[in-house]
Amino acid sequence: MLAYVVRRVLYAIPILIGVNLITFALFFVVNTPDDMARMQLGVKRVTPEAIEKWKQERGYDKPLLFASGKEGFSRLTETIFFEKSLKLFAFDFGQAEDRRDIGSEIRARMGPSLALAIPVFIVGILVNITFALLMALFRATALDFWGVVLCVAMMSISTLFYIIGGQYVFAKLWNLVPISGYDGGIDAARFVILPVLIGVVSGMGSGSRWYRTIFLEEMGKDYVRTARAKGLAESAVLFRHVLKNAMIPILTGAVVLIPLLFLGSLLAESFFGIPGLGSYTIDAIQAQDFAVVRSMVFIGSVLYIVGLLLTDLSYTLVDPRIRFDG
Amino acid sequence: MRIALILLAFLPGCGEVWNDPYPASERGGNILYSAFEQRPKHLDPVQSYTSDESRFTRQVYEPPLQYHYLKRPYELVPLTAAEIPRGREIDGGKFTVYEVRIRPGIRYQPHPAFIESNFGLPAEKIRDLESPYELSSGTRELVAEDYVYQVKRLAHPRLHSPVLGLMSEYIVGMREYAKALRSAGARDGWLDLRQYPLEGAEVVNRYTYRITLKGRYPQFVYWLAMPFFSPVPWEAEKFFHQPGMAEKNFTLDWWPVGTGPYMLVENNPNARMVLERNPSFRGEAYPAEGEPEDAAAGLLADAGGTMPFVDRVVFSREKEAVPYWSKFLQGYYDEATIGSDQFDQAVRVSIEGAAEPSAEMLEKGIRLSTLVSASTYYFGFNMKDPLVGGSSERARKLRQAISIAVDVEEYLSIFQNGRGVVAHSPIPPGIFGRREGAEGINPVTHVWRDGRAERRPIEEARGLLAEAGYPGGRDPATGAPLLIHFDTATRGPGDKPRLDWWRKQLARLGIQLEVRDTDWNRFQEKIRKGTQQMYGLGWAADYPDAENFLFLLHGPQARADGAGANSSNYGNPKFDALFERMKSMANSPERQKIIDAMVEIARRDAPWVFGFHPKDFSLRHAWLMNAKPNDMAGNTLKYLRLDVDRREALRHEWNAPVLWPLALVLVALASFGVPALRSYRRRERMAARQG
Repeated sequence: MLAYVVRRVLYAIPILIGVNLITFALFFVVNTPDDMARMQLGVKRVTPEAIEKWKQERGYDKPLLFASGKEGFSRLTETIFFEKSLKLFAFDFGQAEDRRDIGSEIRARMGPSLALAIPVFIVGILVNITFALLMALFRATALDFWGVVLCVAMMSISTLFYIIGGQYVFAKLWNLVPISGYDGGIDAARFVILPVLIGVVSGMGSGSRWYRTIFLEEMGKDYVRTARAKGLAESAVLFRHVLKNAMIPILTGAVVLIPLLFLGSLLAESFFGIPGLGSYTIDAIQAQDFAVVRSMVFIGSVLYIVGLLLTDLSYTLVDPRIRFDG
Repeated sequence: MRIALILLAFLPGCGEVWNDPYPASERGGNILYSAFEQRPKHLDPVQSYTSDESRFTRQVYEPPLQYHYLKRPYELVPLTAAEIPRGREIDGGKFTVYEVRIRPGIRYQPHPAFIESNFGLPAEKIRDLESPYELSSGTRELVAEDYVYQVKRLAHPRLHSPVLGLMSEYIVGMREYAKALRSAGARDGWLDLRQYPLEGAEVVNRYTYRITLKGRYPQFVYWLAMPFFSPVPWEAEKFFHQPGMAEKNFTLDWWPVGTGPYMLVENNPNARMVLERNPSFRGEAYPAEGEPEDAAAGLLADAGGTMPFVDRVVFSREKEAVPYWSKFLQGYYDEATIGSDQFDQAVRVSIEGAAEPSAEMLEKGIRLSTLVSASTYYFGFNMKDPLVGGSSERARKLRQAISIAVDVEEYLSIFQNGRGVVAHSPIPPGIFGRREGAEGINPVTHVWRDGRAERRPIEEARGLLAEAGYPGGRDPATGAPLLIHFDTATRGPGDKPRLDWWRKQLARLGIQLEVRDTDWNRFQEKIRKGTQQMYGLGWAADYPDAENFLFLLHGPQARADGAGANSSNYGNPKFDALFERMKSMANSPERQKIIDAMVEIARRDAPWVFGFHPKDFSLRHAWLMNAKPNDMAGNTLKYLRLDVDRREALRHEWNAPVLWPLALVLVALASFGVPALRSYRRRERMAARQG
């Protein structure tokens, strides 16, 4: 297994270089270093000298990808791409364009992001499994039918509607929770309860339908028929046999998401005033802060690769037939 | 189930609100609650220039002068200075000297930079700090050298002061000083500017400093009311340059050190910024004079009282309008601005056009303040463009015709909820040089009728267009409708109605308007290169002087020829000559005459469709006293006072939790759950069916 993990880590390096290159290209197609300087320095009373000085200080006065005036390897190394990308692989993110330390910001914002993402993830899976099991248990009945209708309806509604509607009803009309904001420690609970509820409800439609399909597929298999023929109660069939086997696709689908929880939610964090990494990314895009955008995309890529690796490893845990060695 | 219902019924009796976003420890505190949308980029007074930043910096830093809080037109008064400095001309007007005398006994806020032992801190100690204020703090007296140090910082090679270019034009030796500093000192280390003298900024004695300007620049005193000229103690720079500080975001750019009424004690630009009363603040008397109506409005009730009145100010970050507005209505923000979506809910406009709070707002005791801001929005023509630009009669009449056709009154009504005043010149209300009433209208676009300005009929515009050689809006050479491009940077589909409106305005003349929509960067690039044809921009005043608006049309400041602010690239030798005379004059009847002549030239040449001066609407709760909008003074928090008991009572009244829906949810769950359970049990007991 170790050899497999090492091989996957080595594969990740060219992928990360590629992702970094694409991010770089996309960013600089729509922004020039001059645009970045102007965004940071403002539009009032900015002189060309100030822009040049800003670029020079941050190394944006160099060629983007290829320094044609240089000799040998310097043609590649004395470029913005090389200088800005190399440190990323050592997880040295440097400073944002407003001179705040990116590593420090990420560490500070990871907590609020996780405070929202982990409960949404765990409660969401539990609720979806429970609802899907109920629908599977009552398959081909009115409850199953209306359950599916409800799921389709819930899938069709925009997340934004859930957020604004949830804020209006729970926080403004019924005054049950703060409408937005965040606090550290145990106080975080009263701020995240509404976004968690909304996150779970908004994901319930698609999640439950997917799990229901998995359960129904399992329930049509021979071993289930055998269990029923042995006279087992339907609940025993469902919980002891179907659920266990259906967990393989559920688990692998969920494991890939775990590392991505660190990245936070772009929409929910903005609306609920949660100072997490999703909100950080949105701010950076709006401020044309390449240093932050690049770092967040890089971290996202690393976490995604880690997620895929964990998914592969999790197969061995839930399915004894799968082995990596030999 | 029954127990849950009983509990739910019992909970409201506890008397607590559940939706309070603030910690319980803050309840009943003399704390002002406000919000910010954009995170500040810089809190260093050498760089900070936007209102997102000045809401913090101006409460901490104290330049020598400030604007009177209540009087209008805006009037400069001393802040730390003993009096308003007067420019003294020397060498026959070749130089002007300003000697600023500050008052003794002013002290800095407590800060670790004023304790000797806090220099040379071990790296691990810095790493463990959550805030610089965890270290022991000291203070010291403000001295003239601190002001000189800050003037030197404008030229600091690693700081990017937006006013360095402008100040290099005026402060003697500033340009050379900036060059000399570039080759001095380590790249990352502390650059002790005390070792580098600047000819144009020098200490006279402990409490007096002197700034020498090239030529005459009467507007310089206004700059002395801006944070760029606030004092910065050298110790603070040295303290924050210790290794490991920047990695913790401990920099002067994020942790201001000043003498003002407040100090920044919590700095989390992602969520919350907190200002706290500066214990070293000397105290300042609330003004005893104002405008005639101020006394009736209760704005003089605290006259002579010692400021600041509020102990803490908590700013929470609100990126979205919906939660911001809801929290204001719940009483969790003491004041609020009004977004377009909330305008109809918040404001009622009478037939006469007067704005009042809506019935819903009045019921909550909310008050409305309006202020025509010292800014202008205009729709410009690029004077370098071969069709709409240039000084030919043909182009001038075309521009005048478009100026009449663009119905700014309608624009304000549709897109601004009426929040603005139609502009007849670049100068907004309240600024010396502006004319009001019949003599203030733009005769090219308006006539004075029945005591009000009335836009000229569209037929007159069509006549001008025909005189320009485009009868019916068609180019006689091709017979095709005249095609004009409107360059803009829209923010999304929401801007489409605005662009459609623009097309409609020019269609009334038979002119076809093509919108060239792009992103903000490309739009700015077009303006810089002078490749736009028509465009829209705005300008907010740095200081309340006509020069700060008329320079937008000053020929030598054409954007396409350099880096000036004249985006229309307008140039008229007569206008430019008058500008040169006007800019170095103090306000006087003679200056007014020159401004009148300049405005008349601009109206006739019509390089802009004069747009509007926006009107800011803000709301405040009944418990917030002494609030009066002031576009120039940023240091306004010290004037505000709170009735905390009233706020607490109203918050409780407005935010009692409504619990019956929760009970309803429980009942609904039970009503679904019980039949489902029964059905399940029935199926379990059912005998096997055939087939």
